[in-house]
Amino acid sequence: MNSFTTNIQLVYILAAACFVVGLHLMNSPGTARRGNQVSTAGMIVAVLATLILLIHAGTVTGIGWTVIIVGALLGSAAGLQSARRVQMTAMPQLVSMFNAVGGGAAALVAVYGYLHDESTKAGVLGTTTVTTALDVIIGSVTFTGSLIAAGKLQGIITGQPVVLRGGRLLNAALAVIAVGAAAFLLTTASLPALLIVVLAALAFGVMMVLPIGGADMPVVISLLNAFTGTAVAMAGFVITNWALIVAGALVGASGGILTKLMADAMNRSLANIILGGFGTGDSAAPVAAAADAQIKSVAADDAAIQLAYASKVIVVPGYGLAAAQAQHAVAELAQVLQDRGIEVSYAIHPVAGRMPGHMNVLLAEANVPYPQLKEMDEINSEFSRADVALVIGANDVTNPAARRPGTAISGMPILDVDQAKSIIVVKRSMASGYAGIDNELYANPKTSMYFADAKKALAEMTAAVKTLVA
Amino acid sequence: MSTALVTDLTIFVLALLVGIEVIGKVPATLHTPLMSAANSIHGIVLAGALLIGVTAHSVVGYVLAFVAAFFAAANVVGGYAVTGRMLKMFRRKVTPAAPPGSKSVPASNGRPAGREEAAGS
Repeated sequence: MNSFTTNIQLVYILAAACFVVGLHLMNSPGTARRGNQVSTAGMIVAVLATLILLIHAGTVTGIGWTVIIVGALLGSAAGLQSARRVQMTAMPQLVSMFNAVGGGAAALVAVYGYLHDESTKAGVLGTTTVTTALDVIIGSVTFTGSLIAAGKLQGIITGQPVVLRGGRLLNAALAVIAVGAAAFLLTTASLPALLIVVLAALAFGVMMVLPIGGADMPVVISLLNAFTGTAVAMAGFVITNWALIVAGALVGASGGILTKLMADAMNRSLANIILGGFGTGDSAAPVAAAADAQIKSVAADDAAIQLAYASKVIVVPGYGLAAAQAQHAVAELAQVLQDRGIEVSYAIHPVAGRMPGHMNVLLAEANVPYPQLKEMDEINSEFSRADVALVIGANDVTNPAARRPGTAISGMPILDVDQAKSIIVVKRSMASGYAGIDNELYANPKTSMYFADAKKALAEMTAAVKTLVA
Repeated sequence: MSTALVTDLTIFVLALLVGIEVIGKVPATLHTPLMSAANSIHGIVLAGALLIGVTAHSVVGYVLAFVAAFFAAANVVGGYAVTGRMLKMFRRKVTPAAPPGSKSVPASNGRPAGREEAAGS
């Protein structure tokens, strides 16, 4: 290692350190922006160092420069454009797209590394071969898997689980083909084998995500994020670049932790989600008719009276709120209540929304200060002191049945909404949540059901509270 | 196994452990920005994409370099931009842009449910 390449490696280590510090600063909303800036600075330094390395190498052809610069500029423009335009409700799709391109780029780096090595050395490819194969496989799976996930989230592909007959068998076959061809590559240099690995891995990515239902997306996105990180780390092994290895490992850790948190919050194992099964066959079974007798329905005026004369209100937003784009409406109602001196906070279940922490971003966008956003563990003890719990578009995460053994959601961590003195549930119908079971909360004598679209209901309640207090 | 590979593996494992330690402390409120930030960090693969240029002297090489550079640049630039955009929205208090009515409210009511209120009752 001569002194020039040593210096470049040192710059890469500096960049890696910036990434770690940047992530560390994300441990509180107050410092998170600085964290992002530190991380950006590290990235700029790393890219500049790479450009200097390219100039120093002196082997980049004119076409080579044109190709990478035009490619990078067009990519930057596309990335910037989507980052500026994206609606906060569409964040999961965008994150998925970034996973896709990141994984795709990592796979391409390995494919090129392989082609280049093969053309120069011919034969067995030394120590990087295992990581090359892993990079190609993981990167390709991430690429198509993330595209399918983004398509499902965007509604281009149905959010319902797509279960093909013999799908699992096909999956297993694809996995065997990809790994088998990769194993063959380890001993024999072969371009066709590489192609087979790529194609099988691409197909596996599609087949892995298609059978997964829309409600499981928080887990899938996290998992694909972990995949991308691993693929990038493997790309770092292929080109012996420590910045890639460290960055990839950090992202792999982040994705892994979030995957586990999401799966735990849904009370499901990763295998169970990937293999599918939930909400695929038994959706017709639950009928709410039996509980009808005990269900109490309420209108805007009555709900407004409860809210206006409360001293503590806890809002429980769920995916239904995001789907109805009602985050601004709920923030407005909360503001009216706070102006009356009522304490309002939000109880956020870990899987509210379509990706980890999604609901917090939606509410932040609606100008809700983050100290009002409470995590499940923090807020659960406060429900018993709340006069009203206002549940909007959340279902399974409030079902007390989770505390009993023997139900579909037994053991799932829930928000203790039933501890509140009174409960208002805004919901379009009595339809069950994705777990496919009745919510016992709705039959609770303390509960009033407000049947309406979340946005409309919130606007009506806000108007009613305003008239009441005027 | 070569020394270089062992060194790389050591770095990988240590970085993984550092990642678990650091990311475990990120509050759930920030999980979406965290994932988006992680997304931009794996945009470092741009460095790898650019390095293809050093040895690419054929059509296949150029095409791979182009697509990889495009993907990685979209990843890194878009990732940082959208993370910054999201984090800008997280406020401790309601901003002055809120309806003027909120200003007449006594401070204790306007203040979000803080620790002292939780402890007080």
